Amino acid sequence: MRISELITLLDARVLAEGNKADITCGYSCDLLSLVMGRGREGMAWVTVQTHLNVIAVASLGEMACVILPEGIVMEPPILDKAREEGITVLSSPKTAFAICGLMHQQGIPPA
Amino acid sequence: MMHTDYPVEAGDFTRAGEASADIKRRLRQLGVSTELLRRVAVASYELELNIVIHSVGGQLSLEVDSQCVRLSSSDRGPGIVDVAQAMREGYSTANDEARSMGFGAGMGLPNMRRNADVFTIDSVPGRGTDIQMLFELA
Repeated sequence: MRISELITLLDARVLAEGNKADITCGYSCDLLSLVMGRGREGMAWVTVQTHLNVIAVASLGEMACVILPEGIVMEPPILDKAREEGITVLSSPKTAFAICGLMHQQGIPPA
Repeated sequence: MMHTDYPVEAGDFTRAGEASADIKRRLRQLGVSTELLRRVAVASYELELNIVIHSVGGQLSLEVDSQCVRLSSSDRGPGIVDVAQAMREGYSTANDEARSMGFGAGMGLPNMRRNADVFTIDSVPGRGTDIQMLFELA
């Protein structure tokens, strides 16, 4: 799925625009060590964590985007880092549960 | 042959991950495969974060030759009393600050061992911890 389609699907706001256009798989977790072990190229990662290390984990894992649920946002310096690393950051008004449900329904495979 | 050292400060969560990002960048320039890059990135990030979270400071080193990538760390303490326990998945002594950021899942050392071809850890309580990992090229 294209990130542009994901934005519409999740009713999401683009907080930072990255450099990958396609999503290969999805995952949701807030424990960074678990995420690190799961990270896949092109992954869409749903998390409520908003600090700098989220971007480091997403970048090292070659992920496509970070999705923040429930309208959560990130501070501007964190978003600057996301742009620098080419990671898209989206904020959706939906819950993490609903976001994963919608992505799964659209055929995005688990990580 | 390439050799680079990265000093890592205790408790510095804002710079955590920078050494790992640089290691990944260098290995990509050397043409290391995507899958190996991913394994080294996971291991180096865990290694770097372990120094930030658990030690009083230390350093990370990257060495590359025609055969393998070698990642190692050496810290100045406090050392691990029971290494076998520290190696168990889910066991962590991370403090509340680290846990609130999503660290402390007790997966750091297991993730390193899983991703490296060779993993060794030596720790002396009161002195410090040395970790070495080898990743075979091709």
